[in-house]
Amino acid sequence: MTTALRVAVLQGGRSLERQVSLVSGARVEDALGRLGHEPTGIDIGHDLVPRLRELNPDVVFVALHGRDGEDGAIQELLEVLGLRYTGSRPAGCARSWDKVLAKELLREADVPTPDALVFSETAVKELGAADALGAVEERLGFPVVVKPACQGSALGIRFAACGAEVPGALIAAFSYSEKVLVERYVHGRELAVSVLGDEALPIVEAVPHEDDFYDFEARYTIGRASFHCPAEIDAGVAAATQDLALRSARALGLEGFARVDLLLDRQSGELQVLEANAIPGLTETSLLPLAADAAGLGFDAFVARAVELALAR
Amino acid sequence: MTVEDGGRATGDDQRAMGRPDPARRPGTPGRGSSSARDLERYAGLFASRTRVMTSSAMRDLMAITERPDVISLAGGLPDTATFPAETLAAVMARVAVDSSARALQYGPTEGMLQTRETIAQVMAGSGASVDPGDVLVTAGGQQVIDLVCKTLIDPGDVIVAEGPTYPGAVPTFCAYQADVVQIAMDEDGMRIDELEAVLDELEQGGRRPKFIYTVPTFQNPAGVTLSLARRRRLVEVAQQREILVLEDDPYGALRYEGDALPTLYELDGGQFVAYAGTFSKILSPGIRLGWAVAPRPVLEKLNLGAQGATLCPSPFTQLFVSAYFATGHWDGYMDELRDLYRSRRDAMLDALSAHLPPEATWTRPQGGLFIWATLPDYLDTTDLLALALSRNVAFVPGRAAFLDGRGASSLRLNFSGSGEDDIREGVRRIGEIVREQIELYGALTGHPPCAPPASGAPPQPDPELADVLTLPRRREPGRERDAR
Repeated sequence: MTTALRVAVLQGGRSLERQVSLVSGARVEDALGRLGHEPTGIDIGHDLVPRLRELNPDVVFVALHGRDGEDGAIQELLEVLGLRYTGSRPAGCARSWDKVLAKELLREADVPTPDALVFSETAVKELGAADALGAVEERLGFPVVVKPACQGSALGIRFAACGAEVPGALIAAFSYSEKVLVERYVHGRELAVSVLGDEALPIVEAVPHEDDFYDFEARYTIGRASFHCPAEIDAGVAAATQDLALRSARALGLEGFARVDLLLDRQSGELQVLEANAIPGLTETSLLPLAADAAGLGFDAFVARAVELALAR
Repeated sequence: MTVEDGGRATGDDQRAMGRPDPARRPGTPGRGSSSARDLERYAGLFASRTRVMTSSAMRDLMAITERPDVISLAGGLPDTATFPAETLAAVMARVAVDSSARALQYGPTEGMLQTRETIAQVMAGSGASVDPGDVLVTAGGQQVIDLVCKTLIDPGDVIVAEGPTYPGAVPTFCAYQADVVQIAMDEDGMRIDELEAVLDELEQGGRRPKFIYTVPTFQNPAGVTLSLARRRRLVEVAQQREILVLEDDPYGALRYEGDALPTLYELDGGQFVAYAGTFSKILSPGIRLGWAVAPRPVLEKLNLGAQGATLCPSPFTQLFVSAYFATGHWDGYMDELRDLYRSRRDAMLDALSAHLPPEATWTRPQGGLFIWATLPDYLDTTDLLALALSRNVAFVPGRAAFLDGRGASSLRLNFSGSGEDDIREGVRRIGEIVREQIELYGALTGHPPCAPPASGAPPQPDPELADVLTLPRRREPGRERDAR
């Protein structure tokens, strides 16, 4: 390591993923300390700008998850302040945060992604969108997956097995986001590819335990699901998966590091991209650090690389 | 590598495995690096009972309530700002002058005699006559729940509890791998007819619960109180079937209206009822002092359990309690607390009437700290909490009070820990989001929300709908023995 850098590590905030972000941020600070830098953790709030001005960091590590961190708002502010920061720029964040927009951009880039219909709260309340609910069955068939368009976690994601279950699932999803995606259900293996710079890290596969199949929270909870890294899949499929993840990240304008979630259709063997995360979790059990370990990189080297990429642009 | 165990992963949801150390401020030097590999290694060391000791999405969401701009109606905190600092200083000075060496020393496992005498006085105030020798002083009422489980529960043993039950007992029951069966409640507390039906059914399956856990007075979270007739019947059931009842009574002294009811312990005469009391809500949770009164053989086992857990309760705070009660200020302090919480309860009830839509129902507690509200069944209060947090208000989603997934459309509101203005504003915001969600559901399904009540008087909860706590039941028991 050359010179010690002053690094502001942004974390916490008001997002629903505050708790995870505090853990991610603490780990990043620890890693930066071991790398010989001078990290300062900041729980973001109203005093963010004066605190950043006072600290005058060489680089800002954005370890925020969810709204404010991943939607591009913080990145826009950092641009205004003329500070260098890790991860994607505002546009890349905004494009992946909004799953509806992301789906459009992926389609334009010929990246396969499950068909979906979009319902907004305004359309339901003001424009009689309820009368169009029948299209869900015609266009997508059942079951469908109902998910908030803008929410970083598994919160608010539900299966709907028939038309009668759609309104309840929509109400739940509207608690998190004004726009909701109703997506064709793909029975597939769940794969996650972490991207660091221009490289795809080894694939993580999440295998939910059978009795928790319909519980999206369980799917990402160690103890209720198993995680395999590298995923035990055919080398050719693995290469195609990583390639698709890199194409997705490029299509959305993601930089630095990110994670792309995909499904490998059990029937057709086709890959489908579900979404991309501009700032994936960095906790002890998050998938990106798992992949960094499997790559022989380790967490500290990942953090060093993320900082290096931020300074290089 | 494969990670199977040990905590929480963060995939699409990026949820934390552990909570950050609250003592560690951002920016301070941290621990060594740990990775999924380390977690996997530790996972092999964890006892199998820790498999059920997991954090939840709900708990992670609650992290936001530590921010000052959030009105939290989620906690269960007494308002300790009401305790005069001068009194604390004077009493502590007295302890230092009179008993410095004792305060700093170990004490007996069962607690100091003078503290047990104070506890006997407190219990006499609620009508129960107790021999100080039958009292075990503990680290809060919570330790009594833990000790009773430790003493009675083998993995798979049945505990019968109310549905909803005290959310803080859930992790304890889970840690001892108990099979918890929850009995529905109504405005008169636990349905004893259903209890008996469940006991019959268990008996047919060759099972007998180790104990019945109940908060009969101003129940947490439901706010309801077990009626006198049902108290009598519950004690009869316990005696006839020789089942222990753990009566958890943190709030009994916080009655704002109506006549006091005898405790189960008093009605039973100390045969099959063990009693858990605490100073947390009537003096201070910070002193961590509670107590158990139980039949002698049970008490002896609890004592042995306490030896292994804490050696002894804190002599320092025990001496504080005894010295404070000797000043004679406690009765006056309780009057102040009751006045304060009564006003806050009234503010919350008024706000609920003013702001919650007619589809919602809620309980009207005569004391304690909590109101339990129930919304239409198509609303999930865990999702609603996310929306509430975006408007800077928090509550406890009803699922936290069940082990079987029920309670999804209910929520617990606390009125003791916030000022009246915050209570009104918090309930107003909750009412706003509930109305929005109901309207949205109406638009989606073509069912318009209930017609707004005629202007003028604020809507009152329909007494017919007050039976909100009769939640979907697991089975259809016979009702011939309803004790109402």
